[in-house]
Amino acid sequence: MALEHADVQRAAHLARLGLTDDEAARYVDDLGRILEMVDMLQALDTEGVAPLAHPLDVTQRLRADEVTERDQRSRFQQCAPAVENGLYLVPRVVE
Amino acid sequence: MQWETVIGLEVHVQLATRSKIFSGASTAFGAEPNTQACAVDLGLPGVLPVLNEAAVAMAVKFGLAIHAEIPEVSVFDRKNYFYPDLPKGYQTSQMYQPIVGAGVVEITLEDGTTKPIRVHHAHLEEDAGKSLHELFSSGKGHGMTGIDLNRAGTPLLEIVSEPDMRSAKEAAAYLKAIHSIVTYLGISDGNMAEGSMRCDVNVSVRPKGQEAFGTRAEIKNVNSFRFVERAIAFEVERQIELLEDGGKVVQETRLFDPERDETRSMRTKEEANDYRYFPCPDLLPVVLDKAYIDHLRDNLPELPAEKRARFENELGLSAYDASVLSATREMADYFDEVREVCGDAKQAANWVQGELAGALNRENLAIKDSPVSARQLGELVARVLDDTINGKAAKQVFQALWNGQGASADDIIEAQGLKQVTDTGAIEAMIDQVIADSPAQVAQYRDAEPDKRGKMIGYFVGQVMKASRGTANPQQVNELLKQKLDALC
Amino acid sequence: MHDKTLAELTRSLDAGDFSSRELTQHLLGRIDRLDGELNSFITVTHEQALAAADAADAARAAGKAGTLTGLPLALKDIFCTQDVKTTAGSRMLDSFIAPYDATVVEKLKAAGTVSLGKTNMDEFAMGSSNENSHYGPVKNPWDFTAVPGGSSGGSAAAVAAGLVPAAIGTDTGGSIRQPAAFCGITGLKPTYGRVSRYGMIAYASSLDQAGPMARSAEDCALLLNAMAGHDLRDSTCVQRGVPDYTEELGTALSGLKIGLPSEYFGDGLDPQVEAAVREAIKVFESLGASVREVSLPHTHYAIPAYYVIAPAEASSNLSRYDGVRFGHRCANPVDLIDLYKRSRAEGFGDEVKRRILIGTHTLSEGFFDAYYKKAQQVRRLIRQDFLDAFEEVDVLMGPASPTPAFDLGANKDPVQMYLQDIYTIAINLAGIPGMSVPAGFVGKRPVGLQILGSHFTESRLLNVAHQFQLATDWHRQRPALAEENA
Repeated sequence: MALEHADVQRAAHLARLGLTDDEAARYVDDLGRILEMVDMLQALDTEGVAPLAHPLDVTQRLRADEVTERDQRSRFQQCAPAVENGLYLVPRVVE
Repeated sequence: MQWETVIGLEVHVQLATRSKIFSGASTAFGAEPNTQACAVDLGLPGVLPVLNEAAVAMAVKFGLAIHAEIPEVSVFDRKNYFYPDLPKGYQTSQMYQPIVGAGVVEITLEDGTTKPIRVHHAHLEEDAGKSLHELFSSGKGHGMTGIDLNRAGTPLLEIVSEPDMRSAKEAAAYLKAIHSIVTYLGISDGNMAEGSMRCDVNVSVRPKGQEAFGTRAEIKNVNSFRFVERAIAFEVERQIELLEDGGKVVQETRLFDPERDETRSMRTKEEANDYRYFPCPDLLPVVLDKAYIDHLRDNLPELPAEKRARFENELGLSAYDASVLSATREMADYFDEVREVCGDAKQAANWVQGELAGALNRENLAIKDSPVSARQLGELVARVLDDTINGKAAKQVFQALWNGQGASADDIIEAQGLKQVTDTGAIEAMIDQVIADSPAQVAQYRDAEPDKRGKMIGYFVGQVMKASRGTANPQQVNELLKQKLDALC
Repeated sequence: MHDKTLAELTRSLDAGDFSSRELTQHLLGRIDRLDGELNSFITVTHEQALAAADAADAARAAGKAGTLTGLPLALKDIFCTQDVKTTAGSRMLDSFIAPYDATVVEKLKAAGTVSLGKTNMDEFAMGSSNENSHYGPVKNPWDFTAVPGGSSGGSAAAVAAGLVPAAIGTDTGGSIRQPAAFCGITGLKPTYGRVSRYGMIAYASSLDQAGPMARSAEDCALLLNAMAGHDLRDSTCVQRGVPDYTEELGTALSGLKIGLPSEYFGDGLDPQVEAAVREAIKVFESLGASVREVSLPHTHYAIPAYYVIAPAEASSNLSRYDGVRFGHRCANPVDLIDLYKRSRAEGFGDEVKRRILIGTHTLSEGFFDAYYKKAQQVRRLIRQDFLDAFEEVDVLMGPASPTPAFDLGANKDPVQMYLQDIYTIAINLAGIPGMSVPAGFVGKRPVGLQILGSHFTESRLLNVAHQFQLATDWHRQRPALAEENA
């Protein structure tokens, strides 16, 4: 499946990665070759094979419904770029 | 042209767990911003989710309540998108293998008829945080949006209906039915004002008789029964007008503005979304064995529809009474206890819907906040039924209980001397006294035409009751007075 | 002091030859002198290390020393360490002081180990050469013109250079085994789920696994004893008892059935690497093991399947780095989109962006089935290859990498770089354990023998490697560093 400039731009936007046109052009080339390598998979017949999401056949363990965490806001917000009155700040969101 | 409305609802119910769906942080409402957002909720580098058993149990209970299939295996997927109140850049949800399969919810329409609404599926997911706008008038927060992640990770059950509703009223009835089921099950507090139940509405219209659906609009975040009706009414009118003018409905997301009573397009979110769902590699398949599901099924409480049927068929209540008394679990539980304590369903129904409902209404209280407990009311009704007190005294006792003037009906009856006097001798003595004290009235009675006398007896009854301070049995007073007065004629 | 294994150091500490503080000071001194050029550490925690060493010495004096008490080690900078900078090799986390300890870190602290600091790595563990670090490339202690391998390149180089006796790495597609091979040390990637991933910064969640990197299989066993075990905070960490991994270390190898996957000895394998590996296998035969050829028919689909699954998971795992709650935030964002796009463009390096874009593209509408679903189906076939092979043999052996360490700057093309991992990547897709042990040299550069077992057979793998190390001294070779030459 060939990769186009628009595909890279679209992926970059979905992934919220700012790319210059030059960078995008370079990624079209890189990603194109990676996908070409990946396309090898298409040659393999996988009809009827169940997808494998985890390497072990184990099931989800459930946690008891207990409050185990205490407030650590000040510790957690020490590594935050912008906070005010305990809130994380971002540029105004228009709804 | 005749138009038909087609409505489907996605109802998000916050589950009443103590801790979050994937972390041990508290879900309590109203804490200081970000004090209940732990490392997992914040999506700090390296953290991992672990699923809350109570959230699973609550989802399964809901599934069982709507007679849905509960698949043996369900899987969590990631829904990827960027938004500041979504800390990890994805929402953990269930796209392909939800925990609850197809089921049915029965709704009751205003004319008393019922209609089944199919539920496509229900799935578990995590709630997002909150974005707070225009909080800061100065400082570095000025012009910024503040993010509070306390709500992030609160378990949600998203219940997705089939497009089976045909009017705003049906949609509201469906929402009420869901509300009633989740509160009966105790899996949500159902508090819509605090956002415990939120709803997205899909609305389309089509010419009557046409099979194919029209293009739908999705109205986001409609958060009250009333708003659901109003948002749909507006949206239906908008779509019909558009189509009749030769226009087309655009598939889009719209927002209901209750202040202007209209829906409007959310232009900022118009860009095509591509959520890139894929199975969450940090969580394993949830496998529920039959024993677990059977255990939950065996412990399901009686549900609204069953309760209504029992009230009507076994207790002999009217359809109306049965439906009012089963509307909420609190109401039904209250009534059931009153009935059990007093032993008479009809009297219990009368008292709960009469004296109690009136008092609650006057003071704008919910039944769970009633100052008179169900046991107290039941004991009071029992004292009426065993003739310990008469109806008038009973109202006095109720008022005293309401005002907290005694712990039980018996205490108040005792303290205020309201025990009904049924001793014939005592009543006769009081009657004799009244007759002796009222020569003029007795003369009038004697002179009246026999068919007018019935009305005139009221005066004497009143005097005797007054003399007994309301405690004389009114029926006995009536009978004995009649005998005595007639004997004088 | 700096050439000893953990097992030897414990004996010295017990004998009172030197204290943990003396050992720690000695190694910190070496780091200060030698690491400027080697660049194997991102952060050295002098004070915390000495405090931990003192605590360990006190515990030993009180008769409360365990097998790891007072032993220094280093942690790949992918593990969150409370109050210590944790970068994952990325500018994105250059200012990130982790507010909590990873489970592995907690367990190693509880065992009394002394962390000297955080080692360099490819950014977010994406790379096979350690050239993708925001903190610059690491040099191979055997040859400063060569790469140390990646992504746990700093951990491997620090151990090989005698800066620390052991280090903890992570392995998503070979990131412990390949640098261990390139640097001539012993590394173990345990079975997926054996060691908790909590607090280990995620690259690809269904493949990532932490493991020990040290100077001997015995040391790896000692470390795995402390690292392994169920963790309530990691759903994918198995609830299964942890054996004493040193217990089987004395077992003779007679009767051991070794399989050589024919696909691991094909085109592209450096003949000198092959010769070294075949020599090593002869050693096993002399120890009583039997050898036969087996086939892992889907081997060549492993790299394509990996480059769908790992980037897909990574693209989602790395969405949390958005400049809002932690990590790099661009200056003066004009709006939300600008905040996201610039913070991420500035914070992430080239290879990370490449994998985010690949993952985003292959998961997007219209491509999911052709790429992601297909890759997961292939993943099952690859796992089945191993399960089938382990019906016939006890362990599989082959080279850890088709070549010895390559020159710094040699592989400019991403696809060429990816193909280097041909022998390691399938192991992560299958979730089985794998080791690399030193097995000779090509010129100055070490060769690694890879040993693979079925799920949860770490005890056997460690003993197989241990028996080899009793019979050979490749693992005892040490590079001559500039300072010592002078």
